[in-house]
Amino acid sequence: MASEESRKFGFETRMLHAGHIPDPVVGARAVPIYQTTSYVFGDAEYAAQLFELKQYGHMYTRISNPTTSVLEERVASLENGTGAVAVASGMAAQFATFMTLLSPGDEIVASSHLYGGTVTQLAHALQKLSVAVKFVDPSDVSNFEQAISKKTRALFGETIGNPRGTILDLGPLSALADAHRIPLIVDNTFATPYLCRPIDFGATLVVHSATKFLGGHGTSVGGIVVDSGKFDFGRFPTIADPSPSYHGLRFYDTFGHYGFLMKLRAETVRDTGACISPMNSFLLLQGVETLSVRMTRHVANARAVADFLLDHPSVSGVHYAGLPGHPHYERARKYLPNGPGAVFTFDLAPRGVDPRLAGRKFIDALQLISHLANVGDARSLVIHPASTTHQQLSDEELRQCGVGPETIRLSVGLETLEDLIWDLDRALFAASN
Amino acid sequence: MGSGSGAVCSIQLNSVLTAEEQARYQDTSVIRRLLRESRTVAIVGLSADRQKASYFVGSYLKSEGYRIVPVNPRGGEILGERVYPDLSSVPFDIDIVDVFRPSHEALDFAKQAVAVRARCLWLQLRIVDHAAAELALSAGLSVVVDRCIKMEHGRFGGGLHAAGMNTEIVSARRPRMMKA
Repeated sequence: MASEESRKFGFETRMLHAGHIPDPVVGARAVPIYQTTSYVFGDAEYAAQLFELKQYGHMYTRISNPTTSVLEERVASLENGTGAVAVASGMAAQFATFMTLLSPGDEIVASSHLYGGTVTQLAHALQKLSVAVKFVDPSDVSNFEQAISKKTRALFGETIGNPRGTILDLGPLSALADAHRIPLIVDNTFATPYLCRPIDFGATLVVHSATKFLGGHGTSVGGIVVDSGKFDFGRFPTIADPSPSYHGLRFYDTFGHYGFLMKLRAETVRDTGACISPMNSFLLLQGVETLSVRMTRHVANARAVADFLLDHPSVSGVHYAGLPGHPHYERARKYLPNGPGAVFTFDLAPRGVDPRLAGRKFIDALQLISHLANVGDARSLVIHPASTTHQQLSDEELRQCGVGPETIRLSVGLETLEDLIWDLDRALFAASN
Repeated sequence: MGSGSGAVCSIQLNSVLTAEEQARYQDTSVIRRLLRESRTVAIVGLSADRQKASYFVGSYLKSEGYRIVPVNPRGGEILGERVYPDLSSVPFDIDIVDVFRPSHEALDFAKQAVAVRARCLWLQLRIVDHAAAELALSAGLSVVVDRCIKMEHGRFGGGLHAAGMNTEIVSARRPRMMKA
């Protein structure tokens, strides 16, 4: 009965086409970069309608931009979401999500296995807004359940958690969120929609640092919020109630399944100003167009590197959920059948050497793998948390974060596999001698 | 930027209907043709409250060039248009009857839509009544159920895309330029 015009296109087709139809004026095939701050209104009545959100269209690039719209619709399509809003960074994407959903006095229950910057944002920046966060070990969904109170307004976690590859148990966790009528927010940065689509397992909202694998080339910082459109915000005060900062507009009543994103864009991003530049949207789109090809190769290289490290006498442990010995190996097979990403940690086995010193010697001996604070570049990246991002912490505090003084984090890139193994082998030798 | 001719699209998101019902009541080619060929839209239950969804839809359709006809027993004027108490009181042809009333009232408006020989019965988001839909279909009307006419116009006209929403449209064809 489906008509000839109806077809659900495949993931790779949507990586290249979703959200962009060639423009009728010049027919440009690539996505044009609309490097403009503002847009001429057709007439006064149309302008008034735009400002009242009664018309669709662009007003000012802090709110929306045609190049950015392509990135938004494309990522929404790949995540099987109803829409998206792109912002300045992954941190801005999370923050806009929390600002839109929460009021002072509300609480979040969050996984404790998160990117360090996210922990700081949750524990300190949100505290200034009188939002309390309870951190729980995400390995067991019952830990989330026990932390939920009457004030809890959202659950939050990463598909593939920092730093030990904890895999969020999305099915039971989304059922828990549903039972409490609160949204489940999932950071899907490490997985990308190619490896896992949390919305398919019941997540309400998905956030990304698009800087990482979505962009994939280490050129541009950006973030994005995707809404499943499936959550009933009818009794969720911040989305359902008349909004004092948009002359009494009830976003959920008026815009239905677009209500949350409309509010996030028209109020939160308007007010906080963390907009993405059109140039960065364009550059991130270049990455999205090859996402499946790159992720397949990232995962293959990561698995091979993990296998190499596992067998190496100078390595005492490898924490990659793609290895059968990892506690979440089966969970990873369920939620990430194409592989649990390409970022993981391993522990050096220094013999008679201070582990922090061994870590430094390892880093300094690398020739090919870049030492920097990022993940998800086409190039392989490495960092030694104990001497950089976590250097103020004692060994005991490090352990609480799930890392040790001997822990190394790798983001495996697309280089020739044998060259990566050559580089790691040399550095492991240097670190243990 | 519009979606152009021949855009292929599978609208599956955000509906309470089953896949078979979606094929029957949300046919993309039917919706596109209706939006393209219709001029007059009677909005049953159009509110005078500027912050109501129906008012947003009415003002949008008017600014997009449709003639809107408010239908509401309260009478008066909304969006500069005379309000009629029911469809049979409207003294000119109606293309689309767009219903913003609860599902249990839909059957009555379906009967009215058939009686005034409207071209289409359109039930807005989450307004679902199979008896109403089937009555209108069997009388030869086009029927759309559980869709918002503003969202659908925005989907094919490019506006929904500008708002960052997933239109589910994929096309590599260059659309024709609109006439000046």
